[in-house]
Amino acid sequence: MIPEDVPAALVRRIVGRHGGDATRLLQILIDVQDETGWLAPGVITAVASALSIPRSRVEGVAGFYQFLHKQPVGRFHLLFADNITERMQGSVELMASLCSKLWVEPGRLSEDGLVSVGTTSCIGMGDQGPSLLVNGQPLTRLSHQRINQVAELIRREVPLPGWPAELFRVDDNIHRRDALLSLDMAPGAALRAAVALGRDGWMEQMRASNLRGRGGAGFTTAVKWMACRDAPGAEKVVVCNADEGEPGTFKDRVLLTRMADMLFEGMTLAAWAVGARRGFLYLRGEYRYLLAPLLEAIDLRRAENLLGRGILGAPGFDFDIEIHLGAGAYVCGEETALLESLEGKRGTPRIRPPFPVSHGYLGRPTVVNNVETLAKTCLIALHGGEAFAATGTAQSAGTKLLSISGDCAQPGIYEYPFGVPIERVLEDCGASDIQAVQVGGASGITLASYEFHRRIAFEDVPTAGAFMVFDSSRDLFDVARNFVDFFAHESCGFCTPCRVGTALLKKAMKKLAEGRGAKTDLADIEWIDRLLKNASHCGLGSAAPNPVVDTLLKFRPAYERRLQSLDFEPAFDLDAALAAARRASGRDDPAAHIGAEEADQKG
Amino acid sequence: MSKQFLFDGRPVAFEDGQTILQAARVAGHYIPHLCWHPDFPPHGSCKLCIVKVAGRHVSSCAMPAKEGMEVESNTPEINGERRALLQMLFVEGNHFCPSCEKSGNCQLQALAYDLEMTGERFAHFFPERPVDASHPDVLLDFNRCIFCELCVRASRDVDGKNVFALTERGINKHLVVNAESGRLADTDLAADDLAANICPVGVILKKRVGFAKPIGERTYDVKPIHLVAMEDGK
Ligand SMILES: Cc1cc2nc3c(=O)[nH]c(=O)nc-3n(C[C@H](O)[C@H](O)[C@H](O)COP(=O)(O)O)c2cc1C
Ligand code: SF4
Ligand code: SF4
Ligand code: FES
Repeated sequence: MIPEDVPAALVRRIVGRHGGDATRLLQILIDVQDETGWLAPGVITAVASALSIPRSRVEGVAGFYQFLHKQPVGRFHLLFADNITERMQGSVELMASLCSKLWVEPGRLSEDGLVSVGTTSCIGMGDQGPSLLVNGQPLTRLSHQRINQVAELIRREVPLPGWPAELFRVDDNIHRRDALLSLDMAPGAALRAAVALGRDGWMEQMRASNLRGRGGAGFTTAVKWMACRDAPGAEKVVVCNADEGEPGTFKDRVLLTRMADMLFEGMTLAAWAVGARRGFLYLRGEYRYLLAPLLEAIDLRRAENLLGRGILGAPGFDFDIEIHLGAGAYVCGEETALLESLEGKRGTPRIRPPFPVSHGYLGRPTVVNNVETLAKTCLIALHGGEAFAATGTAQSAGTKLLSISGDCAQPGIYEYPFGVPIERVLEDCGASDIQAVQVGGASGITLASYEFHRRIAFEDVPTAGAFMVFDSSRDLFDVARNFVDFFAHESCGFCTPCRVGTALLKKAMKKLAEGRGAKTDLADIEWIDRLLKNASHCGLGSAAPNPVVDTLLKFRPAYERRLQSLDFEPAFDLDAALAAARRASGRDDPAAHIGAEEADQKG
Repeated sequence: MSKQFLFDGRPVAFEDGQTILQAARVAGHYIPHLCWHPDFPPHGSCKLCIVKVAGRHVSSCAMPAKEGMEVESNTPEINGERRALLQMLFVEGNHFCPSCEKSGNCQLQALAYDLEMTGERFAHFFPERPVDASHPDVLLDFNRCIFCELCVRASRDVDGKNVFALTERGINKHLVVNAESGRLADTDLAADDLAANICPVGVILKKRVGFAKPIGERTYDVKPIHLVAMEDGK
């Protein structure tokens, strides 16, 4: 390991590179860990002293993010994406196979420190799964053959840059283009149009467009921008939310890959409207492989005077963009948790009101918008607000990018005008014999086949973009259980109902899965659902019960099948409790078990 | 004319900037709370203070009062939800009231009596949480923590020491102290710091004063919490 005094010097150097700025704590910890492999207690102390902040604060942050390690991890650290669509493609078996080839237990570090293997939430590769992250880099289209190849590379200790590039290939998989994806815009064209209109004229176009946010809540963008512009405080901030953590969503990945320049132009258009000088792109850690090209795109824009001082010669139009990395925390997509994270803190959602438009980043008036929302503002600047408002439906102007995955012939990105019926989408992506579609990700809505006439629109089936397809061979209980586990894993733990409620739901679903459920368990599940929905502090907790509520309503037999005929079954499982004793004695024969059938240990 | 809202059907006057809980309290109406403290800004984590406004649940400790609001608080529905939140707090930790030095002075226990929580309903988690007895004057029994962060806030904002912080997340969230060893003895906590005296439950306890007053004669043994809470800080 690293000698005692090295971390201190290394840490001081990295902290110095970040200007000794404690709001950059998360970025500093990411950089330090790149060098040290993990954040040992001494490293945490060194970061605290180099920044002159309390050690407890650093430890609090280090423990919050999944990609920061307070325990050692392997020199090769692999995390399999654990979303249900990846499981349907065999990720569980592939992971077991890799672990057995490498002689390592999931979640444990191999004795030689070479490798550790675990799972993580959806990494945004649902169209080319099964997938995993190796030392933060995505590996796609896993198969048994690829797993063999990976095991061999790890055994031979080949450093990542020496791995075949093909393993890391990420395809865009665009299958349907509409206004946004077919736009071919010269850098600066939209901005020139907006600058010519003046700040107020441009805001007026935005108002006329009726553009609503594409990140989930569907708030009218111009209303948000005007509130920020009019809020007291001279220093306004524009933040682009590229956290894209909702399971099954990957459309922002494609926009960040293909249309980064338009996204930055959109951020600059927002800055022109609200008078911001500072911009942030909050990029989820899973998309770190996009960081270098994104930074290059920013540099190009600076060189062309599309960022920096006096943009396009407009007096007082100064704006620049920094990129901050996330580190494995879905909740940081919630805009106030995102702002906390940007300030170098734990990603805990704030009390609202006040809202970010008046009290955002460091208390400054801040606009937070989704990647797709910002990219679309270019269309409005180019063609005018009214033209934009004329497409889609009356309440949902424009188009929507869908990320389609699951049981269909052509998973990938589809852009439709709002108002498209579910059945049309299913037809286009080559899906047949479908029993359910999960629209909007784990926190969205489960649609049964009798609802496929419904339409994608804020007023009918709203979505941030996820569209996961399940054919008749799938068990909707497994789907709901996967989402429940996701929320329990991602709960920030701030408020009682979500911290405890998601963990209780996870236990209840496990009990049902093991065939030990009783009617009272369903009643408990419904009661926990209600508390989550009503009492949670943020949208994560209040959406957490959605998959269970929907599937209990629409696919109840999937649950009832799993009930014992008893009315009550204790949650305590004596046989499971003896597992540790069995491991210690190396026994697993029938005589070492209590009760007839052994519980299903999978998952 | 001062502004008013309706609290369980009765008019309550308020001033701009007051939260629902503050205004109700001044008017003599108690709303259950655990993470709220009269000397600190609202925290909003325990959710015991939930009330219903226009059909929606809000945290009354954090929500500014507004003219004409209709607030429902002391109703069977809301009290049922509060009881369930208490049950959640009980099952996620290890609470053995009969052997706890805080019994009778504990706000969690007192609220459970007040809201007539008769059982714990949900399955226990039985987490493994060690006790830290390293400090000469103060004992930490993490088994009972409800994550109100009053110790964190008091140490940071009043004592200026940052002795406590939370780490990890979700159900694994837990308290840590400001020392590489992880031991309270290696921090600069002093027994008369506010942080050492603010815990509403039995985590942060003074050594050598245990059971000075017998159980049965303590604060909430003699008076229910909805009366005691209205006395302090006035
Ligand atoms: C738990 C949670 C996760 C979220 N994740 C994202 C996300 O990954 N990307 C996003 O744009 N919005 C996300 N949101 C919504 C944001 O809070 C916010 O509404 C959005 O970024 C605003 O941008 P828009 O108006 O352009 O949609 C999330 C919300 C919640 C409650
Ligand atoms: S609802 Fe969940 S994620 Fe949101 S604040 Fe509460 S614990 Fe955190
Ligand atoms: S130790 Fe006590 S004061 Fe501190 S967070 Fe836990 S319950 Fe609250
Ligand atoms: S008292 Fe309001 S959330 Fe705890």
